[in-house]
Amino acid sequence: MTVAVNPSQTGEPVFYLADEHPHPEGYSTSLGFWIYLMSDCLIFAMLFAAFGVLGANYAAGPAPKDLFELPLVAVNTSMLLLSSITYGFAMLTMQQNKTAQTQMWLAITGLFGLAFIGIELSEFTHMIYEGATPQRSAFLSAFFTLVGTHGLHVSCGLIWLVTLMVQVWKFGLIEANRRRLMCLSMFWHFLDVVWIGVFTFVYLLGVLR
Amino acid sequence: MNTDTHAAHADDHHHDDGHAHGTFSTYMLGFALSVVLTAIPFWLVMSGALPSKQITALVIMAFAVVQIVVHMIYFLHMSPKSENGWSMMALIFTIVMVVIALSGSLWVMNHLNSNMMPMHEMTGMK
Repeated sequence: MTVAVNPSQTGEPVFYLADEHPHPEGYSTSLGFWIYLMSDCLIFAMLFAAFGVLGANYAAGPAPKDLFELPLVAVNTSMLLLSSITYGFAMLTMQQNKTAQTQMWLAITGLFGLAFIGIELSEFTHMIYEGATPQRSAFLSAFFTLVGTHGLHVSCGLIWLVTLMVQVWKFGLIEANRRRLMCLSMFWHFLDVVWIGVFTFVYLLGVLR
Repeated sequence: MNTDTHAAHADDHHHDDGHAHGTFSTYMLGFALSVVLTAIPFWLVMSGALPSKQITALVIMAFAVVQIVVHMIYFLHMSPKSENGWSMMALIFTIVMVVIALSGSLWVMNHLNSNMMPMHEMTGMK
């Protein structure tokens, strides 16, 4: 309802359109992307809750102690942590307008991410080969859903990373590409935050139990 | 820019546009802290240095919380000022939701487990 009435001298009501003043392109992208990350955080929270409830229901199947190899998890964790710091270096070189170095750090980040996914997939195949499939017990269903969802996010991040490298290669470090790289930076660091929860609550507390 | 506040927060690089950027030293500091905060929990569990499992569990959970805060500050550049405080509002809302969902689920399901008798025990009572 338009009620903005301001009678002028003639007595006729004047209506105003309450229009927002224009914002530059990408003005609200980082806040919007942050809110997406927060909603993604809720997805992971629900998966963590499911794992917390079902994590001890082994159905006479293998327990975390029989399945998890902590040295391998430690290597995987360091891969993700290293990819986080190399992405940070990519952002720093981007701020200094060094296109070639930005591309190099992005490529290194991608390799660390690829190593993470590779190790995780080999762990999964090893577990499935031993009969610890998602169908085996509620614990394993919750485990594969939670860790698999995280791995899927990292894989999507890798595809996004390659896409942005092609973008930067074709168009350089233009404003739009900087914005996209900043969004991927938030996404990538966010996945590392989620992984802190995974290695603590799933792997370390699982082996401790 | 106010020189007083700048001097007080020497490593704070918040621009007026609301976008925060890190520097080489803040990234390296965050990375070093993360390495330490990751290595200690792994070492605690793998060596069994602490006598009680319960204490170990509490300690590694505390380490995880600290490391999440470290990542938020040094990698995600969270500050109460970024995006005029809106990203902090979104974060606080999400944390409240996560705490309610996690603690609620665990509490309710634990109650169910301890108060409800499993099916096979029920049939055995007849």
